[in-house]
Amino acid sequence: MKKILEVRGLTKIHGRGCELCLESTGPDMDTNICPHCGSVVACHNITLDLHEGEILGIMGESGSGKSTVVKTLFFDDAPTSGEALFFDGERQWDMFALNAAQQRWLRNHRFGMVYQNPHLGLNFNVSAGGNIAERLLMSDLAHYGEIRDRARRLLARTEVLPERMDESPKKFSGGMQQRVQIAKALATKPPLLYLDEVTTGLDLSVQARILDLILEIQQELGTAMIVVTHDLGVIRLLTGRTIVMKYGRVIETGLTDQILEDPQHAYTQRLVASAL
Amino acid sequence: MNPGYELPLDEAGYSFGFLDEYAKREVRRTILKAISIPGYQTPYASREMPMGRGFGTGGLQVTLSLIGKGDTLKVIDQGADDSVNAVNLRHFVELTCPGVDTTEHTAEATLIQSRHRIPETPLTEAQVLILQVPYPDPLVVVEPSEARRKVMHGEGDYSRLLTKLYEDIVQFDEITISHRYPTRINGHYVIDPSPIPRYDVPQLHQSPALILLGAGREKKIYAVPPYTRADPLAFDDVPFRTEDFTGEQGQRRACERCGATDSFLDELIADDGGKHWHCSDSDYCNSRVAGQAEQAQETWA
Repeated sequence: MKKILEVRGLTKIHGRGCELCLESTGPDMDTNICPHCGSVVACHNITLDLHEGEILGIMGESGSGKSTVVKTLFFDDAPTSGEALFFDGERQWDMFALNAAQQRWLRNHRFGMVYQNPHLGLNFNVSAGGNIAERLLMSDLAHYGEIRDRARRLLARTEVLPERMDESPKKFSGGMQQRVQIAKALATKPPLLYLDEVTTGLDLSVQARILDLILEIQQELGTAMIVVTHDLGVIRLLTGRTIVMKYGRVIETGLTDQILEDPQHAYTQRLVASAL
Repeated sequence: MNPGYELPLDEAGYSFGFLDEYAKREVRRTILKAISIPGYQTPYASREMPMGRGFGTGGLQVTLSLIGKGDTLKVIDQGADDSVNAVNLRHFVELTCPGVDTTEHTAEATLIQSRHRIPETPLTEAQVLILQVPYPDPLVVVEPSEARRKVMHGEGDYSRLLTKLYEDIVQFDEITISHRYPTRINGHYVIDPSPIPRYDVPQLHQSPALILLGAGREKKIYAVPPYTRADPLAFDDVPFRTEDFTGEQGQRRACERCGATDSFLDELIADDGGKHWHCSDSDYCNSRVAGQAEQAQETWA
């Protein structure tokens, strides 16, 4: 299998940071706030690999830094240190060494992001079709008819009624907004997709259909995905491999089945036990 | 600067052109930068002028910085030389710039300050057109933060502006921007070409005259240098189009005064409710009327 993403030693510290930050935070210290300088170590020394067409889960409680990892990889946030390589066919991108324009290009052409809150991923001042058009326009498509056609097909694929394509997503239900977000993320057929708590806050039947849709897309397009969630059900259903995070550190990695059936770390054991 | 150098002042205590020499120098420097980076909104220290911001202070500062003895100035407001704004600005320049000529004829002018129109008469290489700009940034409709707008301009990211056009076509089957049509200069920066009608936008493209745009309130100057590309934003399959002056009978409407069928027309509503169409450019219309009168006289003589 071909590697698509390689992250090494990714660290993000909010605040000015001090020498003692890293040794006085983490799961062993039971905090991610440095007692000496008050900085927040959102994540430290995150190392992961992602292969083509694979779904990787990042699991952990609120504030464990799992969203931060995805945000830095989508260039929403700049990391404090660390390295990430993105393999795109023959090309290889050193993601954090790129300038803003190159990062934007990667973001628009090669990555997709689905946020927990549709307000982050969608522009509510334009129609659902307009949201997809925006992403297509970002990737330098400037043919109105073709944009419209592709937006219609994408929305149909994510089971949004094409008749509602010219309505504002404001008028949509939460599940439909999430579908529009997924359609928008997929508009440029990105090889890498980040899903940040996509099903949180939706009712169970809607959750199930969104998860089905994500799996279908992964089968169809072979998109590699990083799924961030605190929901063990989502992890079990979608992912092949999982990373468990606590206080900004990776405490366990491995095959999803292994982690769910035979958790090694005390925290993971508690997490799995509490869900069952 | 030389501290011993005294600025030449007139009897009222102002230097030539109202602005002091240092202010004019700064505006000129800004203009040079604006010309060097076509379409880039160059910030400058817009001075207080003896009139309200929004009445053309940006254009006036550019005019006063460029004007010198031997220059001939024309001031237009919505195409007319005789509207209050144009008359007052012209009068102000006459007052503060002794030795400068003013004119109402486009062909005679070396400097043309304009609001909302580009003259019908084609401009030449020897002329400079100065447009007054109320809102210099075309991205302001899609992004409220100026810091982020600057990044978007820098990266040439105008997808959100195009999304706006997309939404227009979806809703109304055409792009509904009537004036201030976003136009890409030299393939990179998109400018707000001031509130000129769509009809005038093609005149920016490869214009022989230098076009300077000054925004006094927003403290920005930008330029369309001579012979520079100016492409109005559009889709590949929905091209940019100008105003349609087709009348009820399907013919191009003509000016009811001079009969011109190649000018931008103003729609006037008469007291009886009837609609009339006149040239918006008063100099163009007047010269045509004068020319026709001359011809008529020759025929009679």
